[in-house]
Amino acid sequence: MTTGEPLIVLDGVNKWFGPLHVLDDVSLSVGRGEVVVVIGPSGSGKSTLCRTINRLEPINSGTITFDGTPLPAEGKALAKLRSEVGMVFQSFNLFAHKTILENVTLGPVKVRGEKPAAARERGLALLDRVGIANQAEKYPAQLSGGQQQRAAIARALAMQPKAMLFDEPTSALDPEMVGEVLEVMTSLARDGMTMVVVTHEMGFARHAANRVIFMADGKLVEDAPPAEFFANPRSERAKDFLSKILTH
Amino acid sequence: MHVFADPTNLDAYLSGFLWILKLTGASAVLALVLGVLLAAFRVSPVPVLRGFGAAWVNIFRNTPLTLIIFFCYFGLYTTLGLTLSDDLDLNNYWLGVVGLSVYTAAFVCEAVRSGVNTVPAGQAEAARAIGLTFFQTLRIVILPQAGRAVVAPLGSVLIALCKNATIVGTIGLIEASSVMKDLINSNGDAVIAIFAVFAGTFAALLIPTGYFFGWLANRLAVKR
Repeated sequence: MTTGEPLIVLDGVNKWFGPLHVLDDVSLSVGRGEVVVVIGPSGSGKSTLCRTINRLEPINSGTITFDGTPLPAEGKALAKLRSEVGMVFQSFNLFAHKTILENVTLGPVKVRGEKPAAARERGLALLDRVGIANQAEKYPAQLSGGQQQRAAIARALAMQPKAMLFDEPTSALDPEMVGEVLEVMTSLARDGMTMVVVTHEMGFARHAANRVIFMADGKLVEDAPPAEFFANPRSERAKDFLSKILTH
Repeated sequence: MHVFADPTNLDAYLSGFLWILKLTGASAVLALVLGVLLAAFRVSPVPVLRGFGAAWVNIFRNTPLTLIIFFCYFGLYTTLGLTLSDDLDLNNYWLGVVGLSVYTAAFVCEAVRSGVNTVPAGQAEAARAIGLTFFQTLRIVILPQAGRAVVAPLGSVLIALCKNATIVGTIGLIEASSVMKDLINSNGDAVIAIFAVFAGTFAALLIPTGYFFGWLANRLAVKR
């Protein structure tokens, strides 16, 4: 592994949904161990940006490089890349017909060819790490939203990813469950995981992020350390956004 | 019930329904395998496969089964010389199974495809995000959930298949409806009774089948 070189590099990325220019010439690089929080009004393209990094959304132009290699187009190479990038979704997306533990062991066994017993042991350890070891044999629908999202994080971690993408991981949660998910994410950040986090949780951005990216209308408007961004946003767009969310 | 007191008639009745069960059993297995495969084709990202699946469904779903069974006999067997068994009955049986399977597979395919649409898109995204390939995603995540959603509709397809099996009588297999016709021809005084026995036997086989699939659908339903 080379150090110093950034892990994720987006260069001049453009994407359209029909006539809608959702990503407008976006360039961004994320270093190893860096935690980048992406914020912005809804419809600004931040979720799309997050999803392009493992090619759940293909892009129209520009390049995305992960760990020194441009994203493969389709097929086995893309599947391999995705297995190295953990993804956590707003709506959890746990496999509804599998138990929590099966959700966590599926990838290691089917993608990596790990022995089921070994995967199980590691899966239980991961569930323990996110605080839901006692839910291992239950089905997703039997868990609270917060527990499901922690299971989803464990499922992503089970692949031992080089980076983790979080697409609004707490937006679908009841308020009292947001804390337990953010806690897990904060501990991941502390352990040096490279993370790209799309969120509306400004507290998390302040204390866990190395950098805050502010997006509006598909453009990357600001890129600054959190203390600087929250104290002195440079653009009008960011000032306006912050005044709306921080005053109440 | 003097008709069924005669051992010859009773044997004919039993062997008629035995053919129906055999036709249904073999065709159900083949149609299920073929139908799931066709459904996989129809949702695949490969245009050629999608086209093949669509063509199959459009051709076989919209051709009367009687025509398909006739084609199996006069087309495949008489004209093209496809012989599936040296035994005449078994040859007709297997030709019937081929016709019933390709026809029923079109309905299985459409049921399974509608089941695939009940699985939220996020399930496939999550599967791809952990590095599963397209076919792994389909096999491990999508189809098991889709399958549970289509248990009840597949039950209806199976019931229709069992009744459709009587059409194989048209190519000479002495299945239940052919037996019934023979018995009616030789027992003009008991037409209603003979009819009621055959219809009642189908009902006795199929009503519990319907309830069983309903029960199974509830039991296997994926909770979201």
